[in-house]
Amino acid sequence: MRIVIGEGSCGIAAGAAKVHKAIEALMTENESFTLGSTGCIGMCFLEPIVDLYDGKILIKRLVKVTADDAAVIVEAARSGDLSGVEKLVISAEDEEFLNRQTRIALRHCGLIDPVSLDDYRNADGYQALEKALKTMTPEQVIEEIKVSGLAGRGGAGFPTWFKWNAARQSVGERKYLICNADEGDPGAFMDRAVIESDPHSLIEGMLIGAYAIGACEMIVYVRAEYPLAITNLEIAIDAARKANLLGENILGTGFSCDMRIKAGAGAFVCGEETALIESLEGKRGMPRLKPPFPAQKGYMDEPSNINNVETFANVSWIINNGGEAFAAMGTENSKGTKVFALTGKIRKGGLVEIPMGKTLRDVIYGIGGGIRDNKEFKAVQMGGPSGGCIPADLLDTVIDYKALAATGAIMGSGGMVVMDESTCMVGMAKFFLDFTALESCGKCVHCRIGTARMQEILTRIVKGEGKEGDIELLEELCDAVKDGALCGLGQTAPNPVLTTIRYFRNEYEAHIREKKCPAKECVDLLTYSIDADKCKGCTLCAKKCPAKAISGEVKKAHIIDENICIRCGQCVSSCRFGAIIVE
Amino acid sequence: MCNCSCQGPKSDLSLLDDVLKEYGGSSGNLITILQKAQNIYGYLPKDVMYCIAEKVGVAPADVMGVATFYSQFRLTPIGKYLIMACQGTACHVNGSERVTAAISEYLGIGNGETTADGLFTLENVACLGCCSLAPVIMINGEAYGNLTPDSAVAVIKGIQEKEGK
Repeated sequence: MRIVIGEGSCGIAAGAAKVHKAIEALMTENESFTLGSTGCIGMCFLEPIVDLYDGKILIKRLVKVTADDAAVIVEAARSGDLSGVEKLVISAEDEEFLNRQTRIALRHCGLIDPVSLDDYRNADGYQALEKALKTMTPEQVIEEIKVSGLAGRGGAGFPTWFKWNAARQSVGERKYLICNADEGDPGAFMDRAVIESDPHSLIEGMLIGAYAIGACEMIVYVRAEYPLAITNLEIAIDAARKANLLGENILGTGFSCDMRIKAGAGAFVCGEETALIESLEGKRGMPRLKPPFPAQKGYMDEPSNINNVETFANVSWIINNGGEAFAAMGTENSKGTKVFALTGKIRKGGLVEIPMGKTLRDVIYGIGGGIRDNKEFKAVQMGGPSGGCIPADLLDTVIDYKALAATGAIMGSGGMVVMDESTCMVGMAKFFLDFTALESCGKCVHCRIGTARMQEILTRIVKGEGKEGDIELLEELCDAVKDGALCGLGQTAPNPVLTTIRYFRNEYEAHIREKKCPAKECVDLLTYSIDADKCKGCTLCAKKCPAKAISGEVKKAHIIDENICIRCGQCVSSCRFGAIIVE
Repeated sequence: MCNCSCQGPKSDLSLLDDVLKEYGGSSGNLITILQKAQNIYGYLPKDVMYCIAEKVGVAPADVMGVATFYSQFRLTPIGKYLIMACQGTACHVNGSERVTAAISEYLGIGNGETTADGLFTLENVACLGCCSLAPVIMINGEAYGNLTPDSAVAVIKGIQEKEGK
């Protein structure tokens, strides 16, 4: 028997490394079973996850395991009698989370040991590279990608083959292939999961791309906040180099290409390709004017091609299975699958890969199990600070670049943050403007100053100081910033504001006119009081109140002094009788 | 050693020798050099930045420009424990503001500040990527998830006890 623990970043944060240590401590010298680890299984809501394998067959998946469960797991692995771990086994309902997915980019995640080249090879790894290098011309590779319809998974959705072809046609002394792994959207972690859990698939996809455009060097620009991803990729690059999969004369084909990692230093704008190139050159990450496009004049002024991690992770599957198989999935203008990071007020959060053409409802209710605590679904935020909030009545929108853009949101890189009735949409818009105002590089006046002014107005509104005309002023600023910004950050920064105004204008109006927050989230607009009929005078809230704003005698109704109350909400969570009224 | 004339406390610049030998040849490595320097000193002291500028062959203003552009770089020393409070979207939706406010109030420090005893630095950060555990804080690399204002303060108190404060 083989015990395999899911040790991606989320798993470790949930305690997987402690489980690993606890099991290891119980193992004897000539133990009858082996212990290993795998990357992100994608079921974050069930972490830490421990899989029991018999050879290649998964026999039991144990979930929400703690270090205290180590003894029963070891016992089960030794004896083969699994009755002791029955209480930890995943439920049939939760198994559906994975069963309803179609995994291409994530095909190896949670199944193989991320740092084992043998594991990757045993799962058909590097066969596509061999096929491309030995039996296809670079033009044929580009043609296959064209047939597949693969489009950039970083968010913009530009056809991959077109970029590759432009870089191939471009003349230069050296060409570079760059991977954008600067996953900056708050609420998105698909790329991190792929690099952590399946680094060789990124290397293989990039090598095929490098062969197609004629690049001699590959660079992965990865967020410094992803230490495990960097470590696993370093190990994988090293192993690939030793196996002659990187470096000179790869697999004896005469094709030479090497690879290195560049750790980013924390700047959202570096997700924009020309800013990323500036950063690679050691400078402040400020976008360049296009044209010239990177395909003509990119890194070190040489032809360069930049794709996102998930895009590359699809490439070897396409070469192995053919472009038509990929194009058979999806809709007319969006082919293949897309990975989403499903988070927020969702019951089952994690990584979801589904064919294009499914609806938002399929993902949020069919796979994610709907909203936590039986609350009402309000909106889903897609595309991070560049995207927008899609309301409940558009839940049947299909996942497709065009259909999502029509809602005012975007496909984005795959962040899908679900919100319930308790999330204030004005607050949400402010949250994203706080982010973009901070992350604006400052090059373009409209973005630098426009985002700051929008942030000021939104701050005023959530504090109850909004004025008539603020909504119109916001709309005007949105137009100006969209038109006046050079890069994607500025051009899309107004989207969170525009979509919340479009779908939740009544919430803006309630804040401005009635000084009320319908979601009861904006602290400055709330008042706390006690329902005298419900209060039993248990004194618990008075004891909990950090501001000593609650007074009253034992067994008699208490009162809150509104002038002292700091609106922290502790009384609400401490009251067992539901007597605190929040308005 | 470089012979810069900058003011302030002197850092041991010999610690930079290996880094500059490996990466000093090209201004394209400036970000990598600053990252390595910060690993050595815990932050980027002024004299270190002057020294790097001289060895790499760029203006000190360019080094300062890069150091202030990226959120990873710090110009002041940090405490023994770096509390990174995640402000990502999933954490925001799940109440990170209240968690951060509770820590801030308990320690009496704001974003980017360090406690007088040098034990804690509080830093608001963009997404840590542990969205399913939201709201999350990370202290010296270890993540604490599903926090409430009370449980977050309890984590800090636990560290204080361990440190005998």
